[in-house]
Amino acid sequence: MTTAAPSRDAKAGPGAGTPGVPATSGRRIAGALLHDWAAVLSTGFLALVVLMAVCAPLITALTGHGPNDFDAAAIDTNLGGLPRGSLGGVSAEHLFGVEPQNGRDVFARIMYGARVSFLIAISATVLTTLLGVVFGMLAGFYGGWADQVISRVMDFLMAFPSLIFMIAILSSLPSGNRAVLLVVVISVFGWPYLARVVRGQTLTLVNREFVEAARASGASTGALVFKEILPNLRSSLIVMTTLAVPGYIGTEAGLSFLGVGVTPPTPSWGQMIASSVSWYAVDPMYFAIPGLFLFLTVLSLTVLGDRIRAVTDAGEAS
Amino acid sequence: MARYLAGRIAGLVLILFMVCLFTYLIFFKLSPDPAVMICGKTCTPERILQIRTLLGLDQPFFTQFWDFLSGLFAGRDYGSGANLIHCPAPCLGYSFQTSQSVWEMILDRLPVSATVAVGAAVLWLVIGIGAGLLSAVREGTWWDRTTMGLALGGASIPNYVLALALQYVLVVKLQILPFPSAVAFSDGPLLWLQSYLMPWIVLATGYACLYARLTRANVIDTLAENFMRTARSKGLAPVLTMRRHALRPALTPITTIFGMDFAALLGGALITETVFGLNGVGKMAADSIAKNDQPVIMAVTLLAAFFVVVGNVVVDLVYTGLDPRVRIR
Repeated sequence: MTTAAPSRDAKAGPGAGTPGVPATSGRRIAGALLHDWAAVLSTGFLALVVLMAVCAPLITALTGHGPNDFDAAAIDTNLGGLPRGSLGGVSAEHLFGVEPQNGRDVFARIMYGARVSFLIAISATVLTTLLGVVFGMLAGFYGGWADQVISRVMDFLMAFPSLIFMIAILSSLPSGNRAVLLVVVISVFGWPYLARVVRGQTLTLVNREFVEAARASGASTGALVFKEILPNLRSSLIVMTTLAVPGYIGTEAGLSFLGVGVTPPTPSWGQMIASSVSWYAVDPMYFAIPGLFLFLTVLSLTVLGDRIRAVTDAGEAS
Repeated sequence: MARYLAGRIAGLVLILFMVCLFTYLIFFKLSPDPAVMICGKTCTPERILQIRTLLGLDQPFFTQFWDFLSGLFAGRDYGSGANLIHCPAPCLGYSFQTSQSVWEMILDRLPVSATVAVGAAVLWLVIGIGAGLLSAVREGTWWDRTTMGLALGGASIPNYVLALALQYVLVVKLQILPFPSAVAFSDGPLLWLQSYLMPWIVLATGYACLYARLTRANVIDTLAENFMRTARSKGLAPVLTMRRHALRPALTPITTIFGMDFAALLGGALITETVFGLNGVGKMAADSIAKNDQPVIMAVTLLAAFFVVVGNVVVDLVYTGLDPRVRIR
């Protein structure tokens, strides 16, 4: 099941066999990752997808097939609208083939779908990180009743079966701006997982000697929070956000797959897979392409997050 | 212990109450006109008006909510006279689209969901914990690296993608398995097994990968503990140190997560059931989303929340039994 719980396996160990190069700064993390072929490959694939998403209007202008342009010439009406040619209509004209029945270009829809998926996942990650850091640090820094209230709210939100509640909320709300709704709903159920970790780390950091020293030398609360505590949370924040993005991409795709996500004609990968369900037996390519993109994107982000964690863990241990 | 238990149960009741309130708010306050939503896509104005009065939607919010809550425990009557609809306790609502009590609809479909959940759980526990244990014991070998690589990949496949891919290969191309359907065990054990095999695999894959990684991490942590060194240095055989000393502390955290995952699944494996057309609670929920049958969606939401919240408490109680270190005196 796709849930917005990207950090649940936070204990699930560093990747085996990763060279234990100590690294804490951004440059050293990057340096260590460069020697890891899986991390390099993942970054390469992600860069490609992001590039495709960013340049989507440009590329579709070049190919001449927009995401919503019907191409009657590419489909065979005698066969119930199946794409002409083998492999779902893959040709020089349509790189990834066309949709059955209406002949929309799959390549264009993949690119525009990537835009939607990434935009939603990244916005949701930014929002959850913001909420998680603010509430986690409030709870950890002040303790007392603030901690009590925030911890209870987090327990409450985490006790919910989040996927079904997202569906409930999305299906009862009037269809407004779906993308914004998705981001808000994913974030509301997602921030406690991050806040819990931030709270725990803040709790231990507050009592460390360097924070005591800063406080004794008269640093203001703002300086304590932003100069002493926040920088120390950085490496775990990098790991958690990298692992959150694939979770949210999966969640968005899952919700769109179930029909409560992005509404047509806006393409999204989950929606493309959903519409391919009735065709997969006769036109497997139509299903395979968005499925493969979704899988590889989630995998790349997960591998990357896992490797960053391995590198930062090794750095902290040394 | 008794005090702890009382506290937990009080917390449980409070959370369940909050869940009811929250769900009711979502469905009856957030939506612009609940009566229109409940009625369905083809609906006359008279019918909408009728539903509005039947559900008491013109009443103040707390009266409505109270009626709903008391319906959960004592049952509820909609309307009066000839067109009286009785909804026996626990009244989770009444689907005006199918003219059925939602509770009955759920009861009809719960066995299928339970079969899917139990089978998948057995599969992922055996494979996940087995692979994790082997990896931990052989830490750093090619087996460990391959398994953990596969686990990372397996956890990244969205289950509907895996479901369609498996169905294409096994059913359409190779024709090894029949199209999955909710076959009863009494219709023939082999057919039953074949029908549920794919849903089990699909549902179990993601969890198995997660559990393999968790088990590995926990066992490696445990193996580094002092009591393990003691056990080894007093000359216990490796197999015995593993079985007597390492497994219990390493696997207790897994029970916590397992309890929660399994409880969540009882509320219906939405995507898996939908893709394979298994008529369980999850598919009912997905169908209701498509038809916009609000009472059903609401009931499934409540049911799933109920399972998760109760599962949480049960897991904590079991945990205190399993792990003496967290026992409360």
